[in-house]
Amino acid sequence: MTLEVLYFAWLRERVGHPRETVTTDAPTLRDLVAELTARSDGHAAAFADLAALRCAADQQLADLDAPLEGVREVAFFPPMTGG
Amino acid sequence: MRARVQLDAFDPAAELAGFGAGAGALVTFTGIVRDDGGNLAALEIEHYPGMTERALQDFGDNAARRFDLIDWRIIHRHGRLEVGAPIMMVATAARHRRAAFDAADFLMDWLKSRAPFWKREIGRDGRAGWVAAKDSDEDALARW
Repeated sequence: MTLEVLYFAWLRERVGHPRETVTTDAPTLRDLVAELTARSDGHAAAFADLAALRCAADQQLADLDAPLEGVREVAFFPPMTGG
Repeated sequence: MRARVQLDAFDPAAELAGFGAGAGALVTFTGIVRDDGGNLAALEIEHYPGMTERALQDFGDNAARRFDLIDWRIIHRHGRLEVGAPIMMVATAARHRRAAFDAADFLMDWLKSRAPFWKREIGRDGRAGWVAAKDSDEDALARW
């Protein structure tokens, strides 16, 4: 499947770009993270601390163990600091 | 729209014109950019267009159901904000005081930890850094 992957805040800075199109067979977000980590040193730095990682699948907050089937847009970002 | 995300400044008082007709209690909260250490030049707020609007609408809908609100508003800015500028506001209208206060508190707790905004501090010395999330903000959500 083909996914749009978005990055925000310091994950975006470490990866080096705000979005990329990814073709993957990863069954879960966690498996996708493992694939993306291997893409570059920047990706590896962005995903170095999974405890500081938040993610969304199709613009809804999701757990790392959430399935990717049917998902079209995934986003990775640090804990949110709104308000 | 009851939930708005915008670059432009807003006037909290003007937002309340005509808000909450028929309510017995109106509560508003406005967050302002503050300079704790004397070195802050501005905040930059990044967000996730699309998800942010959807999340704010969901929070408002949840609050309206839970606290039986007559009306609500959430406005949150993004982009560069100078010290002293309003960042965001929530307004709640209910029949009674307790529901209006609780709903505003509920909305703030969700905004802090579950809306896709990220703050970056720009210092007067030119240094910049991302604001870290606070455990206390995460803990506050558990109240609800």
